Amino acid sequence: MSPVLDAVFWVLAVISVAAGIAVFRVDSMARATYALAVSFVAVGAMLLLLNLEYIGVITILMMVMEMAVMAIFMIMFMGMNPALMPMSMVHNRVGSLVLALGVFVVLAGGALLVDWPERRGEPAGELTRSLGEAVMGSKMLVMLTVSPLLFATLVAALVLANPRGRYDRFGDDLRATTPRGPGERGEQA
Amino acid sequence: MADGILQVGPLGTVIATVLLGVVAVLAAGFDGAVGARLQGRRALPGAAAPVWEGARLLRQRRRTIVAADSLLWRIGVVGLLVVALLKVAVVPLGAWTVADLSVGVVWFNAMDVMVWALVWLVGWGANSAHALIGGYRFLGQALSYELPLMFALTGPAIAAGSLRVGEVVAAQEELWFVVWMPVAFLVFCAGVVAFSVWGPFGAAAGGDIAGGVLAELSGVDRLLLLAGRYALLSAGAGFAVALFLGGGSGPFAPAWVWTLVKTLAVLAILVGVRRLLPVVRPDRLAEVAWIVVLPAVLLQLLLVSVVVVR
Repeated sequence: MSPVLDAVFWVLAVISVAAGIAVFRVDSMARATYALAVSFVAVGAMLLLLNLEYIGVITILMMVMEMAVMAIFMIMFMGMNPALMPMSMVHNRVGSLVLALGVFVVLAGGALLVDWPERRGEPAGELTRSLGEAVMGSKMLVMLTVSPLLFATLVAALVLANPRGRYDRFGDDLRATTPRGPGERGEQA
Repeated sequence: MADGILQVGPLGTVIATVLLGVVAVLAAGFDGAVGARLQGRRALPGAAAPVWEGARLLRQRRRTIVAADSLLWRIGVVGLLVVALLKVAVVPLGAWTVADLSVGVVWFNAMDVMVWALVWLVGWGANSAHALIGGYRFLGQALSYELPLMFALTGPAIAAGSLRVGEVVAAQEELWFVVWMPVAFLVFCAGVVAFSVWGPFGAAAGGDIAGGVLAELSGVDRLLLLAGRYALLSAGAGFAVALFLGGGSGPFAPAWVWTLVKTLAVLAILVGVRRLLPVVRPDRLAEVAWIVVLPAVLLQLLLVSVVVVR
């Protein structure tokens, strides 16, 4: 890599680690959420440095979307809404610190100490296309197994979270011509 | 790199920035003119009104709010303009583009997802109930418009066999994609209006919650957010031209002129939609989006795929 790209890599690396630390140092759910988003965006940008354009951009897209959705859940599932008040982002301070440092040392040490093999072969010309072919071809079985599971999880989560299903909006026999709004007359609380 | 697409240098980036600004101001002027005409006033002073409003906001003092999360608030306020600019980076103007990314279509998509975070941050940062409700309204609306928008973006990419915007434009040499992907085009335009918090999809900034995400914004912050909305509309219109309306193709005039003319035409319609349609409640939008629009755009994709494979 050229010195410029080296510098960009280090800046992104520092940002991702610093933002990751910030997740646990700030006292607000919103700041923690978006510090995590920044950390992931920096990782996505690092993937761009490796010329993995599709994976890099998709990582940024998914992570930002994920954090935004997390903000929805934050309100939806936190009873008295401490999410809106300043609060500590850490539980079990000592234990989590030991775990986090341990995992970091193992992973970083492994990455530095492992005897990486020499590169064999050449990267495919069009990485996005070959990725798509791998997913839709040789890895199709994995995708076919994972997607129904994910889909079932999504539907189950929605059913659990949905306060107003179609019976609330269209009546017990689903005969109402216009859906009832929340809190309108005739709706069960 | 696609044939005939040139990546411009730093000066080109500056020109793109200025151009986005000019187009956004034109959009604001158009909205002002239409609004004035509808109230029976003359159009020209109406068109100038956004400029005076901008000058007023520049001089206005910032409102200070107890316990506001200023950092996140400012990020959200400035972010919309930045994201609009990052979107424009992959939109070709005739033969020129700022960044000829191999995954330009996905890049645009990633940037419009950024808007999710930014609008919510604007709502959050103000430490105000109305603004926060606005932010959550936007997220609720985003859950409805994003998937159809993503699939609408997929159509031209499948037809062109590439995620590079330049190649998508080149693939429309014989027939514009809008002709055989009308559903995807309409859904994409609706998506642009939605991520710009505009018109029928402007519930997040609705008058019923005292302006929602706009409620506590004043001075230069408010100016940046309003400008950001017009910039997002402009970037979306430009991308619609590249993806569905043949980019710079057209007779007599050079390609960049056609790109601009088409962009302004699409933008005028997107801006005008505000005066034609009422605001849609995000929870009602969800029903239509998931039960009607999503299957419709998937059928459109099926059609495109069959045509491409055949």
